[in-house]
Amino acid sequence: MALQASKIQVGDTHTQKLTDDLSRTQIVQYAGASGDYNPLHSDEIFTTKVAGYPTVFAHGMLTMGMTGRMVTDYVGDGRLTAYGVRFTRQVWPGDALTATATVDAVREEDGQTLVDLSVSTVNQDGDVVVMGKATAKIDP
Amino acid sequence: MAAKKFPIEAGHIMMFARAVGDPNPIYHDADAAADTEPGDVIAPPTFYQSSAQYDPDYFLRPKIGEPWFGSGKNPTGVPPKRTGGDGGTGLHAEQRFEYFRHVSPGETLTIKTRPGNTWERQGKRGGKLTFSENITEYFDESGELVVRATGVGVRTEKVVESD
Repeated sequence: MALQASKIQVGDTHTQKLTDDLSRTQIVQYAGASGDYNPLHSDEIFTTKVAGYPTVFAHGMLTMGMTGRMVTDYVGDGRLTAYGVRFTRQVWPGDALTATATVDAVREEDGQTLVDLSVSTVNQDGDVVVMGKATAKIDP
Repeated sequence: MAAKKFPIEAGHIMMFARAVGDPNPIYHDADAAADTEPGDVIAPPTFYQSSAQYDPDYFLRPKIGEPWFGSGKNPTGVPPKRTGGDGGTGLHAEQRFEYFRHVSPGETLTIKTRPGNTWERQGKRGGKLTFSENITEYFDESGELVVRATGVGVRTEKVVESD
């Protein structure tokens, strides 16, 4: 069911836990599904010995996709009109991630009610890993 | 060259939704999806990025019979591509999607890509940062624009350390 404008106010938040312990296997799953096989995300030897990182890390798009679940669970299926994020910090295996949407505005455009959301996902230390915006068509 | 055609397939959507940890039945159960407002399985919001699967030249997929820059016998199969002097790397800085309608299995989208803006900024830890936009538009079989994706890549001069 889609979000209803009559039931939300500017400043409302919706928070959803995305993972308690991001696994390397989930990162590999994302590589397989998305087709992005950059070894930085799955190849520990390349990532530490050649690229110089402490270990493999998640695709930014995996974090964006996981955060997208929170957004669509909140606004309803097939309701998004825009969704964008900046990748502000790397996500590592073992991270716990929590995503939050905040209602910035509820508005009408061409007879359609829209909600504008700020979106952010933080890790177990409270550091923001992605932040951005989403807009969705909602019910009155 | 980016992919020209992107067939939307139910199995691909199911695997993608699993990978991003989304158990919503609308991504994997056609019977359950029939009872939802969209009325069919739909693609999750960031699924369009996986059109890379259909790009014959996508540089982040090993090519059959060609050396791969990941590890095998050695930590890397080829000299890694570098732009900076000491191990700088390209990273994804930002991604935006605009949705004009949702997309379901059985459709084939046509893809057009074009470069967007390029700009530079001095980073705190990684030296000079060079940002560049890439715009990918997905059209349906009647030529209607269904999704526009704007990616922003950043290249750093040095390896970015996390603290």
